[in-house]
Amino acid sequence: MKQWRYLVPIAVFAVLAAVFLVNLRMGRSVPESPMIGQPAPEFSLPSLRDPSTMVGTHDIADQFYLLNIWAFWCEVCHYEHPFLLELARSGVPIYGLNWKDERDEALSLIDTRGDPFVWSAIDEHGVAVIDYGVSGAPETFLIGPDRTILAKHTGELTPESWEAKFVPLIEAHRAGG
Amino acid sequence: MIPELGQFALVLALCLALVQAALPLAGSFAGRPDWMALARPAAAGQFVFVAFAYGILAYAFLTDDFTVLFVASNSHSALPTAYKFAAVWGGHEGSLLLWMLVLSTWTLAVAFGSRNQPADFSSRVIGVLGIVSVGILLFTLVTSNPFDRIPGAIEGRDLNPALQDPSMVVHPPTLYLGYVGTAVPFAFAVAALLAGRLDKDWARWARPWTIVAWLLLTAGIAFGAWWAYYEFGWGGWWVWDPVENASFLPWLMTTALIHSLAVTERRGIFKSWTVLLAIAAFTLSLLGTFLVRSGILDSVHSFASDPTRGLFILGLLGVISGGALVLYAVRASSLEAEGGFRLVSRESFLLANNILLVIATILILLGTLYPLFIEAFRATDVSVGEPYFNLVFLIPMLPLAALLGLGMHAAWQKMSMGALLARLRWLVPIALILAIVYPLVAYGATSVMTVVGVGTGVWVVLTSLIEPVSRMLDSRSVRLTRAQWGMFAAHLGVGLFIVGATVTSGFDAEREVPMRIGESAEIEGYEFELLDLRTIEGPNFTAEEGEFELRRDGELVATLRPQDRVYRVRTAQMTEAAIDGNLFRDVFVSLGADLGAGSWSVKLHYKPMIRFVWIGCAVMAFGGLLAATDRRYREPARERAKSRSAVGKPAGQGAR
Amino acid sequence: MRWLTIPLALALGAAALAQSDVEGFEDPAQNERYRDFLHTLRCPQCTNQSVAESPGGTADDIKRLVRERMAAGQTDAEIRAYLVSRYGDVISYRPPFKPSTWLLWLAPALLLAGGGFVFARILRTRMQQPLDEDLDS
Repeated sequence: MKQWRYLVPIAVFAVLAAVFLVNLRMGRSVPESPMIGQPAPEFSLPSLRDPSTMVGTHDIADQFYLLNIWAFWCEVCHYEHPFLLELARSGVPIYGLNWKDERDEALSLIDTRGDPFVWSAIDEHGVAVIDYGVSGAPETFLIGPDRTILAKHTGELTPESWEAKFVPLIEAHRAGG
Repeated sequence: MIPELGQFALVLALCLALVQAALPLAGSFAGRPDWMALARPAAAGQFVFVAFAYGILAYAFLTDDFTVLFVASNSHSALPTAYKFAAVWGGHEGSLLLWMLVLSTWTLAVAFGSRNQPADFSSRVIGVLGIVSVGILLFTLVTSNPFDRIPGAIEGRDLNPALQDPSMVVHPPTLYLGYVGTAVPFAFAVAALLAGRLDKDWARWARPWTIVAWLLLTAGIAFGAWWAYYEFGWGGWWVWDPVENASFLPWLMTTALIHSLAVTERRGIFKSWTVLLAIAAFTLSLLGTFLVRSGILDSVHSFASDPTRGLFILGLLGVISGGALVLYAVRASSLEAEGGFRLVSRESFLLANNILLVIATILILLGTLYPLFIEAFRATDVSVGEPYFNLVFLIPMLPLAALLGLGMHAAWQKMSMGALLARLRWLVPIALILAIVYPLVAYGATSVMTVVGVGTGVWVVLTSLIEPVSRMLDSRSVRLTRAQWGMFAAHLGVGLFIVGATVTSGFDAEREVPMRIGESAEIEGYEFELLDLRTIEGPNFTAEEGEFELRRDGELVATLRPQDRVYRVRTAQMTEAAIDGNLFRDVFVSLGADLGAGSWSVKLHYKPMIRFVWIGCAVMAFGGLLAATDRRYREPARERAKSRSAVGKPAGQGAR
Repeated sequence: MRWLTIPLALALGAAALAQSDVEGFEDPAQNERYRDFLHTLRCPQCTNQSVAESPGGTADDIKRLVRERMAAGQTDAEIRAYLVSRYGDVISYRPPFKPSTWLLWLAPALLLAGGGFVFARILRTRMQQPLDEDLDS
């Protein structure tokens, strides 16, 4: 029947409309990082407290730990700070990557409000930051005893996101052995 | 109290739009002249109320009425007056009101311009426009009311600093006039489908409206590109951003439509195809509105996103476009007509034109929407940007430009290839030589891409000029009609654009260097010396201004003062480039970032022949203006028959 | 010890760039390659802007990384591959050629072929139809 070709436009339109509907319903999502499941990149950078000494992944034992990218200029990092302190006090090792900051300002944050980090490294040019595929601050990585990246959280690390995203992975990893 | 009047006016406009949408259409089927006669008054009334509502909003801005939420979010008492006026379209709600004003203006124009058309036809056209009006008015009142009130702010949040520029006054209205103008051929097309027939007269009525919408869209897009070029200071003027593509897609379809209408007007064929193009052009306009306001795509240009709004517009699209396409599926077959032509004929070239333009449209649409498809199907995200579009757009466009030169001179129905090529073949070697020699001489370099691009552009320029020039030189030949002048001018504009775009992307240069006072940097033989850095206070911003001396071969060319502005209210930072330009090149400097210790990172750009891009677009639009105002559109049918028999049959070649 | 070669090359390259606050290359051809390449990378922090256009933050760090790697002799493809391995395909404005993007890359050829087919068919139909003898519009 010759008439079928007149149905093509409305068919194409219907498919497009369906795709848009799906997209609207889904909302924007953060693309998953390709670093998950990869070995945590090594780095060796000056320490924030004493820039003449180097700190890095070679100082970290095989264990569960968090790597937190932070800066004084990052407003949300200030909101996240108390919860990081809480985690640190409960025994979670947290290592910091201080990104493109003024050293005195960075120090002022952790000196006046408490230091949740075992140490913080200065990443002035974002070498390690890019190596981890970080696009902004704050971001937090969960790394396991086999030195692979288990998860990544973009934005403020809240108790809810900690519970929902990181804790199950730790427990699963422990159970799996 | 006064803003509420604005809202009330919109409600009244909606009521009139409902009348305008329902009764004339019903009347045309029921044979009720009294209902059909309501079309024009309803359209006029709707226009009055929409204009009134718009005026109220403008008044609220000009009087700093911060009890209106939209005004408080987009204005400030220190904002210069011109920008207060333009701030009406500085955000989603107000720009929607502009959309509505433009639509009712077009509707009014069509209502009065259609007085010579049969009542059932014109009432259907106005009725369809009424349906669109109802949709947009509902959308405004339900989800995007610009007259929402707040208890009262002491001061406004200021207009987005990126929009505080003279181009803000010109670009959106022009663009909207073009964008929304595609609703007119759409209405014509739906009216034809409802009647189940269309003839050459239909095409003759539809064509000038389409051309005017096209030329406004051309101008609007060009303004936008020009604005991005000088505003952002990174020398780019088209990056295939989703919002840019959203305006370009209707342009491509409307261009195809103009050419398809030419065939329908002349031969009475390609009718269902023309109707489909008209529906597609407006659908893409609505789609653009959807993409920009629903938050579904990432763009620096998009409005604040809101999925509810997105759903509403999607619903509008479904009713308006979906409805039209269903009607098309049912009725289009009754529009088929016989009419032969041969391989070498104007129809054949116009057919190729349409196919290539449709291919370009599909490719750009695909690239723009691909990230959405991928997200919906949960595969890994991809980004589709310049590298893809620049390459892929050329694939249908280069053949189109080449064929363009021939098509302008092809006769209707059939022609011998020899006759067509007779004069034109001499232009090929000229174009080729110019394409190789000029860049070598001017820029000291050449490449396959630039030869192809410049050669094609020069080919189009030469083939556009040859007919007007030869007719001017030969006093015995028949004069060109205004429409023919328009056609040659528009295509000349295309050629100039191609040359400009090729040269500027092939031979431009950019550098980013740290500079201190007293230091110099060089780009393509132009030397920039930083003389001074000082702080300047503007009406609503504070700026660091650099004073640069631009020299070539030691001679002073210009003093340029780029600024890095910080707007006080929104604490947003904007850079203002300083440009020195002449016909053959722009050179410009902008301040990047403060590196501290008196050193700034400075961006230098060299853009050869960029002005040909703007001039090309202006000439295109001017050609459209000429074509749209041709005598045959301004005379009623009787007069046309008289004047044609007086002049006699024009020579076989040439446009119509 | 192969894992040392890249860091070594980078260190040498960085040394070659010396005071790496220069935001580009002195040699125009190299600079053009550098700037063109930046235009094909998407700034991870921005809403749809290239690294070339983006004003700061991550973009600056990526620019520096690209400069160092280019100075160390890496090709565009290698640098792109590295960034994609860290950020995913989103960071490249040139979509990859993999099954999920076949349609994107094959579309031009497919559409041209389809267009040619349509043109031929319509033309053939019309060539069999009579011309309009008294055509004057």
